[in-house]
Amino acid sequence: MANPSLEAVNLSKRFGEFPAVSNLNLKIEGSKCVGFLGPNGAGKTTTLKMFTDLIRSTSGQALINGVNVHTHKREALASVGSLIETPEIYPSLTPREALMMIAEIRGVPAAERTKSIEAAISEVRMEKWIDKRVGKFSKGMKQRICIASALLSNPSILILDEPTTGLDPRGMSEVRGIVKSLKGKKRLIFMSSHLLSEVAEVCDEVAIIDHGKLMIYDTIPNVTAKFSGGENLVEVGLNRPVDDALLDGTIAGLPDVLSVKKKDGKTLSIRFSGDLAVQERLLGDLVRLNIGVVSYKPSSSELEDAYLKLIKATL
Amino acid sequence: MINMSETYPSSGNVVPSSIAQVGIITKYTFLDYFRSRRFLVLAIITLLIGFLLTFAVGYYNPPGFRGGTSLNFYGNWWGSVTTFVVILSGIFFGGDAISGEFQNKTGYFGIPNPINRSSIYVGKWLAAFLASTIILGVFTVITLGNGIAYFGLDIPIEFWESVLFTWLYLVSVLGFTFFFSAVFKSSSIAILTTVILFLFVFGIIELVAGALAHVEPWFILTYGAAIISNVFLVPYPPHITVLEAGPLNLTTYTATIPQGIAIMAVYFIITFILGLLLFQRKEFT
Ligand SMILES: Nc1ncnc2c1ncn2[C@@H]1O[C@H](COP(=O)(O)OP(=O)(O)O)[C@@H](O)[C@H]1O
Ligand SMILES: [Mg+2]
Repeated sequence: MANPSLEAVNLSKRFGEFPAVSNLNLKIEGSKCVGFLGPNGAGKTTTLKMFTDLIRSTSGQALINGVNVHTHKREALASVGSLIETPEIYPSLTPREALMMIAEIRGVPAAERTKSIEAAISEVRMEKWIDKRVGKFSKGMKQRICIASALLSNPSILILDEPTTGLDPRGMSEVRGIVKSLKGKKRLIFMSSHLLSEVAEVCDEVAIIDHGKLMIYDTIPNVTAKFSGGENLVEVGLNRPVDDALLDGTIAGLPDVLSVKKKDGKTLSIRFSGDLAVQERLLGDLVRLNIGVVSYKPSSSELEDAYLKLIKATL
Repeated sequence: MINMSETYPSSGNVVPSSIAQVGIITKYTFLDYFRSRRFLVLAIITLLIGFLLTFAVGYYNPPGFRGGTSLNFYGNWWGSVTTFVVILSGIFFGGDAISGEFQNKTGYFGIPNPINRSSIYVGKWLAAFLASTIILGVFTVITLGNGIAYFGLDIPIEFWESVLFTWLYLVSVLGFTFFFSAVFKSSSIAILTTVILFLFVFGIIELVAGALAHVEPWFILTYGAAIISNVFLVPYPPHITVLEAGPLNLTTYTATIPQGIAIMAVYFIITFILGLLLFQRKEFT
């Protein structure tokens, strides 16, 4: 099978005169997680609804694997699991029954249904509730069931609209864990969020939307680099304190490194110029120095700045 | 955490045909009717109506029931309350069928799946039709039980005709309630509109059109549905009756049997298609 893909072609949606989404052109393809980031009211949900037949576009097209969602819905959504806003499930049904309906609609083979439903339910840790009626569930519990329903039939594309909203902090981190565990294996995840930290934690790439317009779509380090004048910041966690001589001499002298700061004894913050390739090479350089590198991640405060700059620019 | 990709390869999934998906929707809508006690409540109401009639006829022996012919008996029994049972069924099973998907946000769960909206509409309609048919069946059995108790196996052919017409009426009423539930996003407004229309508006228009304006109300569903009780009348009432009361001319129209069938069928076809188109265009916002 070809790479899973989602594509918006001049996609627009107006509510009356109000342009909720304007001329969105975006193609995401391959096995990765793409964050759809934007402040509240940016047009994220509106966009995702056009990809799932909940609303029609005013103009333009939403394509999934090259198939138009509006004109060929069954084909386009055949291998898509989704969660848009906070759906309700028929309150008189149990999660098992509600998921069985979805499994049947999606064509999960009869022999596998029970197993895949139970696997999906245990993925969201709702095993205890699988045969209780949904009517009495809290919002967070229903959200979990809906996530399980999105996972049924092991879809190659997942469209998730702010999947962590409405959950308590533990639930949020659990759901992020689930999304992370679903990455790879020829699966494309398109997840909207208004939380920058969430996108930075879970996703490989980010598409930023504001006032219905796409601002930028790139890998997270590239986005950060673009808005910091080609400079990037990584945080390096160490197993043991590093001495200052090494810090100011060897590490500061590595290629592309602009400056090195010690945040505390075991955390360094390294500013460098360059893209992902440089970031990758730098990690290798550091590891070869044998200074006990145990973690390495782009600084989220840097992305935060980039994000705020972008959002401000459209005000 | 379980790695779903390894446990269950997706290669085995083949989205079922639209017809099969209609069946799936019907099945789970039906399950919901039973679970939510909707079906049970209407069944109890129907049994109650049946038992009240049984008791009233058995105990008070009002004229036109036990004393007359079996044709009279079935006409008065069936003609008196079946249309009420039909409208109740329409409201119970059709009133919020589509509006509920919007108002309760259950549509967000089902719609984003590889299934056409028309399959959902048809599947839900069939579930409502099946459930109402069972309710109507219950009332038919109660009617027959009484009829056989009083008149033995002398069941007039007109009764079976009337049952068939009632069934057709049910089809058109469900087409209608589904249409209204697709028009409004609020279930209570959809139900209220249906009730007002069937209990008041249709009757008033029929009266005004026929008696005062001398226009045959062929465009009113209940005018056509009158064949359900009229079929018991021998001879069948004339199509037009003019009652001359001094200066006032009161005209009464009676739908002929083919007319009644046509009115109900057309009502169903038009409301069903319109409701389906509305649902397909409606947005979840
Ligand atoms: N049904 C609607 N009618 C009018 N405006 C709407 C409707 N739905 C959404 N909007 C507007 O469209 C914009 C985008 O909304 P939405 O896509 O829900 O944003 P997000 O999901 O990014 O928070 C918002 O300004 C919102 O007020
Ligand atoms: Mg939103």
